[in-house]
Amino acid sequence: MRIAKPNTCFWQGSKACAEGAITAGCRFFAGYPITPASEIAEHMARRLPQVGGIAIQMEDEMASIGAIIGASWAGTKAMTATSGPGFSLMQEFIGYAFMTETPCVIVNAQRAGPSTGQATKCGQGDVMQSRWGTHGDYSAIVLSPNSVQEMFTLTVRAFNLAEKYRTPVILLSDETITHMREQITVPSVNNVEIVNRRKPRRGEKAFFGLEEIPPMPAVGEGFNVAVTGSTHDEYGIRFTADPLVHIKLVKRLNSKIRNNSNEISDFEEYNIEDCQIGVISYGCTSRAIYEAVEKAESKGVKTGYIRLKTIWPFPGNVVRKMVENANKIIVPELNLGQIRYEVEKASNGLAKVIPLNKIGGGELITPEELLATILKEAKTND
Amino acid sequence: MTENFSIRKYLRDLKLPFCPGCGIPTIMNTFLRAVHELGYENLNNFVFCSGIGCSSWIPSPYFNADSIHTPHGRSIPVATGIKLLHPKLNVVVFGGDGDIVGIGMSHFIHAARRNLDILVIMVNNMVYGMTGGQVAPTTPFKTKTATTPYGSFEQPLDATRLAVAAGACYSARWTTAHSNDLKESIKKAIQTKGFRFIEVVSQCPTAYGRRAGFKNIAEMLKWFKENSVPIHQAEKTSEKELEKRIIIGEFVERRRPTIGETIHAMIKEVQMNAEQN
Ligand SMILES: Cc1ncc(C[n+]2csc(CCOP(=O)(O)OP(=O)(O)O)c2C)c(N)n1
Ligand code: SF4
Ligand SMILES: [Mg+2]
Repeated sequence: MRIAKPNTCFWQGSKACAEGAITAGCRFFAGYPITPASEIAEHMARRLPQVGGIAIQMEDEMASIGAIIGASWAGTKAMTATSGPGFSLMQEFIGYAFMTETPCVIVNAQRAGPSTGQATKCGQGDVMQSRWGTHGDYSAIVLSPNSVQEMFTLTVRAFNLAEKYRTPVILLSDETITHMREQITVPSVNNVEIVNRRKPRRGEKAFFGLEEIPPMPAVGEGFNVAVTGSTHDEYGIRFTADPLVHIKLVKRLNSKIRNNSNEISDFEEYNIEDCQIGVISYGCTSRAIYEAVEKAESKGVKTGYIRLKTIWPFPGNVVRKMVENANKIIVPELNLGQIRYEVEKASNGLAKVIPLNKIGGGELITPEELLATILKEAKTND
Repeated sequence: MTENFSIRKYLRDLKLPFCPGCGIPTIMNTFLRAVHELGYENLNNFVFCSGIGCSSWIPSPYFNADSIHTPHGRSIPVATGIKLLHPKLNVVVFGGDGDIVGIGMSHFIHAARRNLDILVIMVNNMVYGMTGGQVAPTTPFKTKTATTPYGSFEQPLDATRLAVAAGACYSARWTTAHSNDLKESIKKAIQTKGFRFIEVVSQCPTAYGRRAGFKNIAEMLKWFKENSVPIHQAEKTSEKELEKRIIIGEFVERRRPTIGETIHAMIKEVQMNAEQN
């Protein structure tokens, strides 16, 4: 009853996310009910006490993310889960977690916005918010699962990245992936790589920057750690006017992610070096690419794809490789066009970027629609 | 014990940022004196959380202790995560009136309702000090502030009574002119279990005093003294007479199960049942 047993199961995405978190070592969850993320909270509420952890429903999303940040400084891996409206409320604290180098995981099961929009319907409209939602200069790590299996594995990875880089990590899921049920192979805990934050040695005092990723103490361990979201030096002492302290801190916080973007970024690629038409996709939408690409190829169109498992940092180098051959890139998204701008930037005019968008009603882009777009674009290829 | 009190042993070697004549250093000093009198040689058993504002700078980073300086109004949620996981640590929150009962109001009420075992010390300078003297939820009616140039048109909040209504186990109000009462109250609060709240009415000469019509700090402290009514006396006084008065004293002392006690008992039970199954 402790940790999910190795097995083949038929699970909902939300359950896979919760179990992935527990496998990764998460022992504190705080959240506020919102469709389609509530099942994650409900599962955590049932499961965490069984493994000695705490799950609590807070008064709002700011309190939820605040509580997990407190938990993280108490030395515990912690997670919250929400959807668009709640994700917007969390933005101030996401910047705070970045600035204070607090590892934590924020799940956003996207639905159709803006505002309450279509609360029960799927959407992918928070891609840019997940990158640029908080204020100030920052860098985000955002993962995008496209199956129940990945709701498990990418949740584990979200914790590992958070712990390794001492930064908040966002699992950007969506209503479809969170609510769908499918087969999943639950790995044995011993076969799962688990990363834990580096702890300081006795007597160490610099928890904010002598190294690129400094060690992190917990409160109550006698380190007298001073944590602040205001600009601070290596020792956590506030400097609210000195430009050099600010530059040094903010550049390091960004570069610890940017310098390691190759290691962080993760994607699935197919035929990118020999395709005439490329498809770049992520999350629920990317489930259409496999069938569409296969059918396009059977009709003689050289097609390849990149399926993003990490949206941010965006793997521009892989897109650049794709456009060495492909002269058109189709970007299907359940929004009015977001990641397409990133693809356009990376392809730098070498390929025409064709957005394929759909919003409303939670309807997905079907393999047939994607195939039709591929064939149409192949025909009009110049 | 009282003789060899030195505030410096609890502080980092940093220059304090408060304006001359501000009430905050009095509160800081009184808190540390209470800690000293309780026999704590250092602050290792404490964790401090605070939001944004002059008052929130009391522990961060000046106290030689673990301190978490959170976004504006959000110290209590962060304290919630810490306290639930570290039931043995003394978690103390410092904040201004704007921080605790303005932007952070809902967290304050819910922490009291849950009976989270923390001590919240709120500096009520009746204004948003750090941002230059704008009206606060605690500003007295008709008082001129930077954003109420014709006088405040809202009724102020009684945070101490609100804490009682929300379920606090200890709730008290003092002013900076009552530092001995305040010290004894802090000592009692530190030793009490459950959600504890102390409001300290304090002078902000820079952003409040002059505009509100006080010539100098002495006049403000005199006003605090002369207008303070002890709670037992207030209970016998009409509402009309209490207008613009500061009711001081201990409003509630009680024992209720804390959320931490309940959660940890539940976890134990769940785990025992799981093992049996
Ligand atoms: C979300 C947010 N809104 C506004 C501010 C600006 N701000 C900084 S301090 C403060 C008010 C401080 O008032 P109070 O909490 O009473 O503290 P004081 O300075 O009076 O001690 C405000 C509004 C902020 N930092 N964050
Ligand atoms: S602005 Fe007011 S509250 Fe802030 S330090 Fe100065 S006197 Fe004190
Ligand atoms: Mg104030």
